[in-house]
Amino acid sequence: MHIAEGFLPPAHAVAWGVASAPFVLHGVRSLTREVREHPESTLLLGASGAFTFVLSALKLPSVTGSCSHPTGTGLGAILFRPPVMAVLGTITLLFQALLLAHGGLTTLGANIFSMAIVGPWAGYAVYRLLRRYGVPLMVAVFCAAFVADLSTYCVTSVQLALAFPDPGSGFLGALGKFGSIFAVTQIPLAVSEGLLTVLVMRLLVQSSKGELTRLGVFLAEKESRSETEAVAR
Amino acid sequence: MSRNTKINLLLLLAVAALAVLPLALGLGDHKKEPFTGADGEAETAITEIEPDYKPWFSPLYEPPSGEIESALFSLQAALGSGVLAYYFGLRRGRRQGEQRARERDSESRAAGGAAEESTAEGA
Repeated sequence: MHIAEGFLPPAHAVAWGVASAPFVLHGVRSLTREVREHPESTLLLGASGAFTFVLSALKLPSVTGSCSHPTGTGLGAILFRPPVMAVLGTITLLFQALLLAHGGLTTLGANIFSMAIVGPWAGYAVYRLLRRYGVPLMVAVFCAAFVADLSTYCVTSVQLALAFPDPGSGFLGALGKFGSIFAVTQIPLAVSEGLLTVLVMRLLVQSSKGELTRLGVFLAEKESRSETEAVAR
Repeated sequence: MSRNTKINLLLLLAVAALAVLPLALGLGDHKKEPFTGADGEAETAITEIEPDYKPWFSPLYEPPSGEIESALFSLQAALGSGVLAYYFGLRRGRRQGEQRARERDSESRAAGGAAEESTAEGA
């Protein structure tokens, strides 16, 4: 999902930067409030950021014969809500832009928009929706991580198709082209990300039940008990 | 092995299988360069659509070789997994510490209770 440095025309680069900035600023405010009001959650915040760090460094082969990487933003979005992920995702993208020449400063706004804004919000929306209808925790977690991952790459495809419409077939033709490069490649990786997020959530249920209860992960006391029993067996 | 550990291992195994299968089945064989990055393929697609497009900005720093690049990628993964491992290690240690404290507590209370009983008998 990294649009390489200089690969978005200046007008597009600026527009995506302007679109992303308020989300990141709002995220910084949410993050500082969270840390001030609940200093004990700093550690779990760090772990959520670390999860994004690991997953976005994992380049995995896919069925299309090319490689891509997961994003790891679904977990933090479920735990701390999407604004916080806007900040943690931005930090990851900056690290890769500055040290790895992966992504870039001129395309940072566009990359933040796909990975740190749309991905977390889409995953979170799916999570909340499923939970409202009483879907079991781990199923909702899997779906949220899957959607957060895949939607990020769909946004990247749209961003590139907007900037480089096909001379013959226009925006839709270009969308098909970029979509087949990014979105199709991403489907098995999104499954992997879903499985890994479920794994980490299971470890969290086991180790940090109090924290998860405070963050409102369990629907009711009954579910908290049955999930804990499930991982204790 | 507990049922919980088994499920966790199965999850990891499934992820590994998803990563290995495309390689094992040779799904990259139809390409000139199999298993390149999708990001790079997008760059190629851009230059196919707009052959005249020239990137107007270049990275401030570029890893001088593939080795350095993969070293930096491993650093990223190592930093992340280090923090995750610290988190779960700390939680596990705390849980064990709390449990031991509880056990000691109940033991000393039992012992204290027994002592009180014996003094009561003595009086």
